[in-house]
Amino acid sequence: MLTATETGHIESFKPRRFAQRYGVDPLLTLFVLITALYGLIILYSASGQSLSMVLRQGAHVVVGIAIMALLSQVRRDVIIQVTPFVFLFAALLLVAVLLFGVGAKGAQRWLDLPGLPRFQPSELMKLALPAMVAWWLTRQKLPPSISQLVIAAVLIVVPVALIAKQPDLGTSIIIAGSGFFAIFLAGISWRLLALLGGFGLSALPVLWMVMHDYQRTRVMTLIDPQSDPLGAGWNTIQAMTALGSGGMFGKGYAAGTQAQLKFLPESHTDFIVAVLGEEMGFVGISILLILYALILGRCLVLTMRAQGNFGRLLSGSITLTFFVYVFVNVGMVCGVLPVVGVPLPLISYGGTSIVSLLIGFGLIMSMQRTKRILSGES
Amino acid sequence: MELSTGVREKNLIQSRVVVAALGGLVLLSLLLARLIWLQLVETERFQTASEANRLQTLPVGPARGLIIDRNGVVLAENRPNLQLLLIPEEVTDLDELIAEVRQRIEFTDSDAERFAKNLKTRRRPRDPVVVKDDLSESDAARIAVDLFRFPGLQMEARPTRYYPYGGLTAHSLGYVGRLSLDELKRIEESRYAGTETIGKLGIEKAYEDALLGQVGVERVETSARGQIMRSVDREDPVPGADIPLHLDIGLTAKLYDVLGDKRGAIVAIDPMNGGILGLASAPTYDANSFIGGISQAEYSALQVDRDTPLFNRALRGQYPPGSTIKPMIGLVGLHYGAVSWKSEYFSRGFFQLPGNEHKYRDWKEWGHGRVNMDKAIIESCDTYFYDMAVRLGIDQMSEGMKHFGFGRRQGRDIQGDLPGILPSRDWKRAARNESWYLGETVISGIGQGFWVTTPLQLAAATTATARRGNFIEPHFSVFEDVDAGAPVPLGTAMDWERMIDAMEGVLHGETGTARGAARGLNYRIAGKTGTAQVVSIGQEEEYDADEIEERFRDHALFVGFAPADAPRIVVALIIENGGSGGSTAAPAARKVFDYWLLDRDAGASPPDFDYIATINQRVLEPKHADSN
Repeated sequence: MLTATETGHIESFKPRRFAQRYGVDPLLTLFVLITALYGLIILYSASGQSLSMVLRQGAHVVVGIAIMALLSQVRRDVIIQVTPFVFLFAALLLVAVLLFGVGAKGAQRWLDLPGLPRFQPSELMKLALPAMVAWWLTRQKLPPSISQLVIAAVLIVVPVALIAKQPDLGTSIIIAGSGFFAIFLAGISWRLLALLGGFGLSALPVLWMVMHDYQRTRVMTLIDPQSDPLGAGWNTIQAMTALGSGGMFGKGYAAGTQAQLKFLPESHTDFIVAVLGEEMGFVGISILLILYALILGRCLVLTMRAQGNFGRLLSGSITLTFFVYVFVNVGMVCGVLPVVGVPLPLISYGGTSIVSLLIGFGLIMSMQRTKRILSGES
Repeated sequence: MELSTGVREKNLIQSRVVVAALGGLVLLSLLLARLIWLQLVETERFQTASEANRLQTLPVGPARGLIIDRNGVVLAENRPNLQLLLIPEEVTDLDELIAEVRQRIEFTDSDAERFAKNLKTRRRPRDPVVVKDDLSESDAARIAVDLFRFPGLQMEARPTRYYPYGGLTAHSLGYVGRLSLDELKRIEESRYAGTETIGKLGIEKAYEDALLGQVGVERVETSARGQIMRSVDREDPVPGADIPLHLDIGLTAKLYDVLGDKRGAIVAIDPMNGGILGLASAPTYDANSFIGGISQAEYSALQVDRDTPLFNRALRGQYPPGSTIKPMIGLVGLHYGAVSWKSEYFSRGFFQLPGNEHKYRDWKEWGHGRVNMDKAIIESCDTYFYDMAVRLGIDQMSEGMKHFGFGRRQGRDIQGDLPGILPSRDWKRAARNESWYLGETVISGIGQGFWVTTPLQLAAATTATARRGNFIEPHFSVFEDVDAGAPVPLGTAMDWERMIDAMEGVLHGETGTARGAARGLNYRIAGKTGTAQVVSIGQEEEYDADEIEERFRDHALFVGFAPADAPRIVVALIIENGGSGGSTAAPAARKVFDYWLLDRDAGASPPDFDYIATINQRVLEPKHADSN
């Protein structure tokens, strides 16, 4: 079902045709750029008008987009081939973090290798794990058999456990989610899903037992933030106050009292959406949510167009993971989810997060390329 | 239709993608609903919370009113004072903090002691405690650099009360001090929201309400750390009212000058209106030492001082009035017909009650001979008044003397004065549950026995005499010039004039007890000397001043006014253990009269400020060790 594009000249610009030929999807790139720009504007206010921070973040975006464009050029079969090795490498790095990692605030998340910038191996795993699960499941016919699912579960549990041990509950949940999405999209039967869901619910008490004290406090303060308004509940209360007091149109750019007077914690990273909500109100947040919807929608379209089952599974789980990021972060700031350290994609300050997100988009783009070189794909 | 495996798998995945997208849509709308609730429904609630976060309402203490003397000289003012303050609730390791402070600023042991005392004083929660007062500029600079490192420590310029003539005014103005918890229970707390001090004594206490002013409010924007970012709006405090006094600081200095090293008190009153022109109680202390909380060493030094500088002799010293009240008792006697101007008594040097051996001695061993009222006043004849007192009886005597303000506290704006004792049958029964003896009536006639009066009472009673039978309550401030006094319902106008003539005779008569003090006077003083016994002399003993230890010598008293026919100043004076009224007290009073009438033209000419400053210095010098 090839489209006739080989006439050599282009009468009208067709994103699809452009993307499939050159890899880079112009619409997704455009949405990402607008969102990132919007993020830089928010960041300038949220960082207390720090131009240097905005410039650095801008550099992250530029680097990320470059890598995205680069990755979109990589052939799908190359990615499939390297997936197991990347996964293994990422898992080894996670073990290394536990052994020689450096960290802050009581958690060991970073690897400081000589000659390399400091980075979080868990970021690599965010992409390596869904790819690995997709790789594993697409070796056989879909939907997967029980034995395949068991292996897939092991593939998920090992890195998730390693990350949870750092401890980084937020990331481990999201990574578990990204692996699970691959399984879900691969067509795991609804009955089995329901069974697993029931099992998961009954395992919650066990999870509660193994959680750290501070993690339990976060869950408790979610249920009742006022139980400890100056301690664990402070973040949630201040974030909700910031959002709520913003109202429809907000208090004005860089004029949010909660943010500018530092009542808001982590205002330029995890809680940045509260700054947006306070200063630009419901309208400002709605614009952001629309931008996210556009990105997600475009990613879904690309997922539908993705070539091959591996491509579909990988694209789909990256898209869904992106959604989870947005949902968990905004939900946390709104006070409907516990406070876990999840950045707001493309907006929160931080290079690693942005670059790894854009790598994900690069992979999505690469998956939808029609292979003129490869043949035999149906 | 049979589909190929590839297409089936593709459809499976794509249908799952659609399911996931729908699920995401549901979750996204949940988020949206939450945002709508937060931002559009509950907006007001969160806006209130945000404002409460941001804005803090701070009370702004009003400037305390000034206290000014009759010429507009400021006696109590507010001086900027850079203080290092500490909120103990915010400090975790106090000792360490103080050690850090000591490394940076000059912090002596007495500073440390004063701070320890301030810290112990009970206070409102979160009220700052003064670590050090009056920071020098270099100290302030050194600590300011590091201030952010020490939570709970702050520097603030707070106006502090200052008394430029703290030694001269301590006993009349009193002082302000840190609010105590007991006081906090009494006051309306909101009025003191921005104020840490309260008038503790004297005029500062009497006019606390007017001096305080009204607290202002400032709303400030604060950061989450409590740092004040800017002022949002401000309702200025209303400064307290200034209190103008009758007091003349120059005359007050003169009173202290006259008292010199001696213990004693002088009260000077303007007979025109009852206003207190000057009040001295020696020795005195520096009212300024009490403002920031006095150090324990300083306080106990004042307390153990044998001369009791903290004791307000003018208001609380209760002395036997002795002969100073004879003119008044005389008027009472005349009023009730116990004596007349014509009646005479033969004084033999002692008086005896019928059927009793006890001799009530006259100060003049051989007596005064034939004595009428005029002579009895001029020569201060004791036996005349013994005899008259018995005729008069204690009931009438105390009834009549009541009109001069004895036996009760003076009212108006006078704080902390004592009532003294006006002896009477009722008083004795109430106070001691004993019946009255006639012998007690005898000695009451010359102001001895149970009689005790304060110098203020003597001045007020003498003012009533100077006003020819009109008692006006003594008071400090012109705010209390509210009435024309109350007539003293005793005798006729002629009686008062003749009694005043007799009092003139005390100074100007050939036999007057204070004639020595009147030499070279170009105006006339009406007065009365008094000598109050400190120890009673045995029946056959002689009183020899030289042989008696200084502290057991008689108190010397004098009351009087001048010019006699149109009085401008009334003086009541007591010098403890000073000897006789005629030889010590009257000459001292003469200096006061001279100063006021001659040097100052009854207050019309300005005082000499160098002189005032010199005397203020002198009264605050530590006294040389007591020779006794």
